[in-house]
Amino acid sequence: MHDIVLIGINHKTAPVELRECIAFSAEEAETAVAALRRLPAVVESLLYSTCNRVELLMVSADPPASVEAAKAFIAEFNKIPREQFENALYVHENENAARHLFRVAASLDSMILGEPQILGQIKEAYRQAAAAKTTGVILNRLLHRTFFVAKRIRTETGIGDRAVSISYAAVEMARKIFGTLEGKRVLLIGAGEMAELAVEHLLRHAVGETFVANRTFENGLTLANRFRGRAIRFEEIAEHLKQADIIISSTGAPGFVVTREQVRSVARARRNRPLFFIDIAVPRDIDPEINRLDNAYVYDIDDLKGVVEENIGDRQKEALKGERIIDEAVVRFRNWHQSLDVVPTIVSLRQKMEAIAESEIRRTLHGSSLPPESAPALSRMMGAFINKVLHEPTVFLKQDGMHANKPTYLDAVRKLFKLDE
Amino acid sequence: MDTAILATLALYMLSTAGYLAYFFLQKNRLQQAGLALLMAGFLSHTAVIGIGFAQKGHIPVSNLPETLSFAGWAVAGAFLVLHTRYNLKVLGVYATPFVALVMAIVPLIPKTPAETPAVFKSFWLVAHVTAIFLGEAAFALAAGAGLLYLIQDDAIRTKRSRFFFKRLPSLELLDATGYACIVVGFCLLTLGLITGLVYAKSYWGRFWSWDPKEVWSGIAWLFYAVLLHGRLTVGWRGRRSAISASVCCCSRFWG
Repeated sequence: MHDIVLIGINHKTAPVELRECIAFSAEEAETAVAALRRLPAVVESLLYSTCNRVELLMVSADPPASVEAAKAFIAEFNKIPREQFENALYVHENENAARHLFRVAASLDSMILGEPQILGQIKEAYRQAAAAKTTGVILNRLLHRTFFVAKRIRTETGIGDRAVSISYAAVEMARKIFGTLEGKRVLLIGAGEMAELAVEHLLRHAVGETFVANRTFENGLTLANRFRGRAIRFEEIAEHLKQADIIISSTGAPGFVVTREQVRSVARARRNRPLFFIDIAVPRDIDPEINRLDNAYVYDIDDLKGVVEENIGDRQKEALKGERIIDEAVVRFRNWHQSLDVVPTIVSLRQKMEAIAESEIRRTLHGSSLPPESAPALSRMMGAFINKVLHEPTVFLKQDGMHANKPTYLDAVRKLFKLDE
Repeated sequence: MDTAILATLALYMLSTAGYLAYFFLQKNRLQQAGLALLMAGFLSHTAVIGIGFAQKGHIPVSNLPETLSFAGWAVAGAFLVLHTRYNLKVLGVYATPFVALVMAIVPLIPKTPAETPAVFKSFWLVAHVTAIFLGEAAFALAAGAGLLYLIQDDAIRTKRSRFFFKRLPSLELLDATGYACIVVGFCLLTLGLITGLVYAKSYWGRFWSWDPKEVWSGIAWLFYAVLLHGRLTVGWRGRRSAISASVCCCSRFWG
């Protein structure tokens, strides 16, 4: 039987300094899988490399030799001594390799549980490997199952539902207030990575006009250009509260930039439409008392962190459901993989033929003038016939020296005779 | 007749259980079951009222249990319409227990025999009663939407109750639903008052007789008129308008 071997390092087993030494770029990965495929023990190969993990999947007739060869290959390819990374490596075989791959693709093994990028990265690596023809029957089947399982987990559990970053949490809150964010006006006060990220997320939800207020007007202009918005002067903030719906504030000001009185006085001009303040600054920019006004809501950085923590807890609960789906998929894949051996294939082929022979004998005896005593003779004849028919295929499948193609032939036989029903 | 009412009540109660379970467990199937049960209950309820109509020859609102039953029927119907229009599933958590509760009271009240069947035979009266009841049902749902709005507003504001935050829809949707209910309710109430006036004129010979019921209806109409006017002119919305809608509806049911 051909075994599946997975060897890799990830963020749990290796620090970033080591991971970046071993990481493969897309082109490097392509040369790497081709080189691995040329190793005598390796029948199929696939490699994916992200910032948090490098994993190598192989199908091999001799797993220990393949692992050795892979280690030597990694050391040589990256020009790094073996001792440096050997301890950080993990090796999984067959069932465990399948489980590991399922978990990685469904993002149950990610640093940020449920993040969606990893699945795309594995898909891309598989596309490359399939184009280079380094994958075969077993990895093709395994990867297709992987994509199916990952998709199922994403739709059937809430693993990716809730926001787990501050800026996404802000968007999630805004949607609970406004329903749709389409056409809502955004006012960015100050600048800062997190605040700008939040504006970008909001823009993706088709918000309307964006205003940018900055102490230094020129800085505001640069930012406004980036968001295709309009720069306003710091003194104009109070006036623009009449138009803006979502205010994101991130300045270094020591006191409040927006006061309760300012918000209260624009309520009428706004016809009481809701206002949502996202205060990312420390010390805070937005007077927390504003949160007590009708139709005004204030979330500061701690509130948003609280939302994120809560959401991470939710994802962990959902991940448990994902594990159950994976358990099921692993069993099904194992059954298929184990059947892909010579003896079980020949046995099921023979069983299938015997079943056909038996039912045909019964039909022949039933509707004809043949005496019932001829049944044993007919059975003998059918048995001999089956033996003769199966002789050549059995010899062919059992012969050595067709290592590389064995799973392909076995898979073809199983498909031709529909043995997997 | 009584068994039919009890069957209706049982269906409403099961529907309530379905919606409550949906609210806690968040399984869509439970909501679908709740909705199907509510529809079944509404159909059997319609049959009960239809039979009552056929037997008595007039709209069955001549005593308290009949009136309550008719009100419950109106709320169930109004919710079903609202559900198909806005797909606001979560309002069922308010509407189904409300209907079930109203219907649970019906068999408990002793029936006083109706005395004035002649009064009930006019077309104007049927139009009046139906419009008023459907209008009240719309207001009851507006109060429900207002209540949910207040809960969600509080959840967002205090940042504590993540339980409700996750389960309730956006403030905007709740506000829009409440507003739509009030607009519909107001139109129906206006229609009900007009038909009522016409009927009073034709039967008693005068439009308005300062009967407490009439006065209450007039006050309610003025109240909702002010509420709508406030919204259209200066944009009254949010907490205060949700509270007003709920309070007003409660006071109506007392009246």
